Amino acid sequence: MGFWSVLSGRSKPKQANLDSLFLVPSAAITLETTIGFRPTGDGSVCYRAADGAAAQIVQQEVVELLRSTGDAPDVRVSTDSFGFTWIVIDREPGADVEGLCTGLHAINTGLESQGFGPGLLCTVVGFTDPGGRSLGLVYLYKQGTFYPFAPKGPQQRDNLLEIQVRDALAGELPIEQDLSRWLAIWGAPGL
Amino acid sequence: MARTRFVGDAGLTARMTLVMFLLGAAFVALIGLVMGILAQGGYGGLAVIVGLAGIGMAIWQWANSDKVAMRAMRAREVTPEQAPELHGMIDRLCAMADMPKPRVGIADTPVPNAFATGRSPDRAVVCVTTGILQTLDAEELEGVLAHELSHVAHRDVLVMTVASSAAITAGMLTQGSQYGMFFGGGGRRGNNNSGLPIWLLVLIVSMVVYAVSFLLLRLLSRYRELSADRAGAHLTMKPAALASALQKITGTINQIPQRDLREVSAASALCIAPAIKGVSLSTLTSTHPPLEQRLEQLARIQAELGRPSA
Repeated sequence: MGFWSVLSGRSKPKQANLDSLFLVPSAAITLETTIGFRPTGDGSVCYRAADGAAAQIVQQEVVELLRSTGDAPDVRVSTDSFGFTWIVIDREPGADVEGLCTGLHAINTGLESQGFGPGLLCTVVGFTDPGGRSLGLVYLYKQGTFYPFAPKGPQQRDNLLEIQVRDALAGELPIEQDLSRWLAIWGAPGL
Repeated sequence: MARTRFVGDAGLTARMTLVMFLLGAAFVALIGLVMGILAQGGYGGLAVIVGLAGIGMAIWQWANSDKVAMRAMRAREVTPEQAPELHGMIDRLCAMADMPKPRVGIADTPVPNAFATGRSPDRAVVCVTTGILQTLDAEELEGVLAHELSHVAHRDVLVMTVASSAAITAGMLTQGSQYGMFFGGGGRRGNNNSGLPIWLLVLIVSMVVYAVSFLLLRLLSRYRELSADRAGAHLTMKPAALASALQKITGTINQIPQRDLREVSAASALCIAPAIKGVSLSTLTSTHPPLEQRLEQLARIQAELGRPSA
């Protein structure tokens, strides 16, 4: 924050950075070739829905838009215990990641165009390996960075796998360097 | 171009800037006047030393604000394992606001309250009482945490400490000049032309500056609270949650009466009609704005967030 906004106590809501999402498809190929994780076809956007009618209308519009696109993916909306809304796009395993990212981007731009960009928290693209381990590639909108989230049982993370993924993707994606920002998203839909 | 639902408040910013300017002017006036008075008595350098000592004390207060406040509230720091839900909430709010995560503390007292302190966003502590954890539901607690995180982001501890250097220096001078009273106001050249002793002049000047900067500080504090409310409501996007939290904390709702019934009725009989409506002593000296004003502002933000586009 700048000197003036500190002095006047006038911080503005931080806008989301949507640019890096389209780097995911090439990162997915790298993940498959290096450590054998394949996309599950699921992806979700987590955001804070504002009070009032406007947010409801936008959400409805976005969901209808997604359902009307080419391969008509299954779209679900849920709310977690922290009061954040998740829009989940559920496509068949093995479906192309490009299509999923286009869908996720449609949610982002829909929310952003109505002034709800500051409410975006993260987006998650799901991966799994033949051994049944699951992995979420999480994109933090405000920081514009990615980090891996590998849940292993209730409230436990597979840190070794996460670091392995970080090293595998270091050249492909902007990875969050500050480990304290790798926030756990227990029970994220699609993981 | 994406539209924004952020409502600015130019009036608030202008008033706040004016108050901060006046506080700076109070400090300059204090040092200037005291220097002038002391120079007549031949002690010009003393005023500069007192001024520097005042700033030094303000800096010390600021640098140790986290430890002092935590100790005063008897708060202890908690780890993510000890308070997973509280940490989870703050994690998400910090990720949304793109700010470093502060340390988290809990104070063991039934009074519902929360505070944020620390010299910089990297060294900040956000602390809640066990009372507030019991009183508020998750949504309301998140609103309160967002308000405190906004205090951290706005560096309110730093701003308020710098702003209070005039009051600190004036307070030191008031005490110092009282010693002068006993030592006869500086010996050989103790009296200036008007006949008033130096210590008395210094005492009067510093007391006036102290009173003025006290009122200005309280005014500034109320503006900073309104700013934190605003930024907090924009962060959680749920102004209504913060509003109901404020009502619960400050209002009488959900509060177990602590005082005897007869005592309450006796006290309220005294203030059946305030002497001057609007600007009473309590509105001038309180550190927080009145609830109505805070709710009004939150209602404006709520309206802007919920307005469907044309």
